[in-house]
Amino acid sequence: MAATNPRIKLPDIIKQGDVIEVKTLVRHEMETGNRRDKNGKPIPRDIINSFVAKFDGREVFRAEFGPGISANPYLAFQMRVPGPGIIEVTWTDDDGVQTVATAPLNIA
Amino acid sequence: MGHSIALSILNRRTFLTTAAAAVSLSPFIARGDEVPSALPSERSAEFKEVFAKLVGNAAPVEGKITVDLPETADNGNFVPITIAVDSPMTETDYVSAIHLLSTANPHAHVATFHLSPLNAVARVQSRMRLAKTQDVIVLAVKSGGEMLISTTGVKVLIGGCGI
Repeated sequence: MAATNPRIKLPDIIKQGDVIEVKTLVRHEMETGNRRDKNGKPIPRDIINSFVAKFDGREVFRAEFGPGISANPYLAFQMRVPGPGIIEVTWTDDDGVQTVATAPLNIA
Repeated sequence: MGHSIALSILNRRTFLTTAAAAVSLSPFIARGDEVPSALPSERSAEFKEVFAKLVGNAAPVEGKITVDLPETADNGNFVPITIAVDSPMTETDYVSAIHLLSTANPHAHVATFHLSPLNAVARVQSRMRLAKTQDVIVLAVKSGGEMLISTTGVKVLIGGCGI
């Protein structure tokens, strides 16, 4: 199942040169592959395994997830603001399906 | 009572013997194992394999990593974690990767975070699953190749990972 409801949260007021926290959240089961359904059949693994954040097309942060990351993966990272631009986050699941969110980074 | 004391002495001896064997067999791996366990929990075979692979020829040192985890996790499905590494994050001295490892989950490698000087501050926050009481190990790789390590014990009341 592809991830849904991707969200990026930025501070309300941002100045050039600030170090800000970029908070991200996406809805996804993060099925570990260890569980069984009520008939005893193993439930296949299905997780978001890759997270990439770009600022105006340039990668600023990347992560690989295993099944040990909780459902609805939350991730926050820091970055210095070079100026106004667009933050783009891409979550990729085990089937290669991508979910993308963008957020404008406006300078106060 | 006498029985349980005898049992605990036996466990302690078994542990010491095992630890001594590990040191004499592999002085390099032992460096990682010398990092004191925060909790007396077993380390999975997969953890040992992943740890050895990630550490390679480096000799990880303690300090400079701050891991914020609850001492006791009521629900092992959602355990908030904050990792911060004391680093100037300049072009010549920065943290390039942070590995998050579980010593007792079915899958030891929980996540790897890749950083660069663009981040300015080496700090990440997420939520992890903990199947049972265990040590959480964080490895940080510096731009010069040096490695840092941190061990944090978490008591888990209800385990995660769908077990």
